[in-house]
Amino acid sequence: MRSLKQFGADFGWPRIIIFFFLVALFFAAPAVGVRVDASLSDVFNRFGQNAFFVLALVPMIQSGCGLNFGLSLGIIAGLLGATLSVQCGLHGAVGFFGALVLSSPFAIVFGWLYGKLLNKVKGEEMTIAMYVGFASVMFMCIMWLLLPYTAPDMIWGYAGKGLRTTISVENYWFHILNRFGAIRIGPFFSFPTGEILFVIFGAFLMWLFLRTKTGTAMTAVGSNPDYARASGISVDKMRIISVIISTMLGAAGIIVYEQSFGFIQLYGAPLAMPFTAIAAILIGGASVKKASMLNVVVGAFLFQGLLTMTPSVINSWLQTDMSEVVRIVVSNGIIIYALTRKTKVSK
Amino acid sequence: METDKTLLSLQNISKDFYGNVVLSDVSFDVKRGEIIGLVGENGAGKTTLMRILFGMNVIRDTGGYHGKVIIEGEEVHFQSPFDALDAGIGMAHQEFSLIPGFSTTENIVLNRESMRPTVFNDVFGDRMSVLDRADMKKRAVATIAKLGVDLDPDTLVSEMPVGHKQFTEIAREINREKTKILVLDEPTAVLTETEAEVLIKALRTLAASGIAIIFISHRLHEVIEVADRVVVLRDGVIVKDTPVADVTVRDIASWMVGRQVTVERDEESVRTFTEDIFEVSHMWVDMPGETVKDMNFTVRKGEIFGIGGLAGQGKLGIPNGIMGLFPAGGDVRLHGKQVTLNEPRMALQMGMGFVSEDRRGVGLLLEESLEWNIAFTAMQIQNKYLKPVLGGLFKVRDEAAMRTLTEGYIDILHIKCTSADQKAMELSGGNQQKICLAKAFAIAPDLLFVSEPTRGIDIGAKRLVLDALHKYNRELGMTIIMVSSELEELRSICDRVAIVDEGRMTGILPPTADLAEFGLLMTGERVSKTSKTEAANG
Repeated sequence: MRSLKQFGADFGWPRIIIFFFLVALFFAAPAVGVRVDASLSDVFNRFGQNAFFVLALVPMIQSGCGLNFGLSLGIIAGLLGATLSVQCGLHGAVGFFGALVLSSPFAIVFGWLYGKLLNKVKGEEMTIAMYVGFASVMFMCIMWLLLPYTAPDMIWGYAGKGLRTTISVENYWFHILNRFGAIRIGPFFSFPTGEILFVIFGAFLMWLFLRTKTGTAMTAVGSNPDYARASGISVDKMRIISVIISTMLGAAGIIVYEQSFGFIQLYGAPLAMPFTAIAAILIGGASVKKASMLNVVVGAFLFQGLLTMTPSVINSWLQTDMSEVVRIVVSNGIIIYALTRKTKVSK
Repeated sequence: METDKTLLSLQNISKDFYGNVVLSDVSFDVKRGEIIGLVGENGAGKTTLMRILFGMNVIRDTGGYHGKVIIEGEEVHFQSPFDALDAGIGMAHQEFSLIPGFSTTENIVLNRESMRPTVFNDVFGDRMSVLDRADMKKRAVATIAKLGVDLDPDTLVSEMPVGHKQFTEIAREINREKTKILVLDEPTAVLTETEAEVLIKALRTLAASGIAIIFISHRLHEVIEVADRVVVLRDGVIVKDTPVADVTVRDIASWMVGRQVTVERDEESVRTFTEDIFEVSHMWVDMPGETVKDMNFTVRKGEIFGIGGLAGQGKLGIPNGIMGLFPAGGDVRLHGKQVTLNEPRMALQMGMGFVSEDRRGVGLLLEESLEWNIAFTAMQIQNKYLKPVLGGLFKVRDEAAMRTLTEGYIDILHIKCTSADQKAMELSGGNQQKICLAKAFAIAPDLLFVSEPTRGIDIGAKRLVLDALHKYNRELGMTIIMVSSELEELRSICDRVAIVDEGRMTGILPPTADLAEFGLLMTGERVSKTSKTEAANG
């Protein structure tokens, strides 16, 4: 009994409950006519699509900047990279990695400015970050219309200028990662090997980075900025580095997402993306001050599993479309739950 | 003593904070029109005594006090400072409680303003009265005249020199008609000498009008000048209660610091050092509450140099300024090379280490393991405890080396913990302090600053911490500058002890010097020439 309690406390009851809920959904799925193999395939695919966003939150949490509600800024950098890659007519792997490379300068500049702003509002980072995210998305709504893109695949047909709200990447780099070494079992199940490998590679780099001198300094800054300063660390510089890394990962994240999803979504689309990522890392057991790779992987998997399974099972059961409502209730509910008890970290 | 003249009588006052006795059996009387000088070191219990007298909540919240407070023959039990005000006790605080945007007059009569009824009073009652500014000013001027100082009733507090703020604060207290007892906590600390003289004259005038004054000060010559009687508190006990007429500053100083315990100095009594390692000249540090104004001293290679002084006089500002944690200026040299100030990294790279007095705030990563706490600074400054991976592409933490290092210190310093990856927050104060020392030792500094190393830890741990410092000094020749409020501690371990007062060094004494000498230096009194030269030679 004692050890069960201890296990619950260590692993976190919310995670355990969500895990069993997810298992229950898988068991319930056949009963309402949802295929388990198709669902599993979906879960893996969505995990790969979204894990980078979750990973992007880690550096800022570690450096004490809190949850990156302004991840939209990184997503915008990624969208700029993706659209530029299409504009340049880059195809296949070159197109995908070209988009990553093209988005980096934007992500670095945005992250640097965003980091400087966050250094001015210490203690209020999360509130400010949210408005930075919202404002930048709205600003880009104007810019997507004005920027001089000319590729016919991207601009409005009737006006001959301005970018469309959704741009297909089918002819460019659709499923470039998902297809790589994909394992197909039957007509409904496909394992996106390339995408998962890419996520593992990203998580490994982050794991390694957090163990370097700079990564260690960053964690110390988040843990106790006064201690770090007394040890000769520039607190502001470390925080800016963490914001830049987070923004770059956000940019990479949206490009990974697009190659799997098949479309570049512009205008209001990046608005809500940070929230799902934040809900995922919090489910994973991270706190506002500490996050590990385990939190990222467990969180992304549980949350995406929940988002995939809940709507499909409930929709089939109730015979009505509740998916969006369920998604919003689940993700915001988790954020509220986690933020109100933000001190406790699960192992 | 004539009972009818006794205004306030404190009888057998005792107070402990959760078993830690701060006042024990304190009794004294205050007569009408008498000025009592209350002196004592920091922590002697002065503030607690005044808090009891003033009915502060903190006393009741921590279990109340024992003994009686008797005002004009009647025992009183104040529930809050308001009761104390009603009973006629006024208190001028060390930090001014004035409203900066209000004028002198408005501050003096605050909440007791003169009112003039208006036509609306008939309908809405007294709340519709307006301020009678002419009368307010008249009352303020009368109060200022009673003090006998020169104070413009219309100046805004924010635009006043600090001395005038002090007068305004006192004027506000005596403006209350009931005020019979006035408590002044360090009223002259912020004043210039001439202002202090004016204040002392004003206090004499006030006392002549029948108000009793309790005057708390570290400036002993002022106490002698103004007080009729001096009460000396030491470690919660009244050690002396005597008329001022026949005492000298030197007497009071030795009563203040003199303790029964003898200084234990083992082995060699006087060590001699020749080579200078560290020079400070004209240094200032802007550390809130611990301002350093014009600091000059030289430390010799291999010695333990002690810096003492009362709280708030700037002794803590010295290490914090040199290590770059607070804005500082001036010329600081280590091995003859100039130290870049305001850059913690530079100070650390030059070979200086620092154990902060703010253990939990600055000294530790409370949520991280002991390994992190001890190895972090060495890793960041000296690139130690890193190993290459992926063919040298990255350098990552060498956890094994960090563990070996930490376990080594756990052994040497007898740190009580479950393992090297226990969180620092789970350790007791004394063991946390040892972690802070280990962190500083790990960078093997040439010069180590230790600030309040024994604050808030128990006696056994104190001994271990001091022994560790002693050991590193003797065995590795580490030069140590130790800043502490505990004079006895400084005298037991240091080769020379400097005393800081009002941001300046008032003198350097050998640890064996007479206690009274230290007391005099701490209170900023002049020290005899002979002992100064002795120290300089020693």
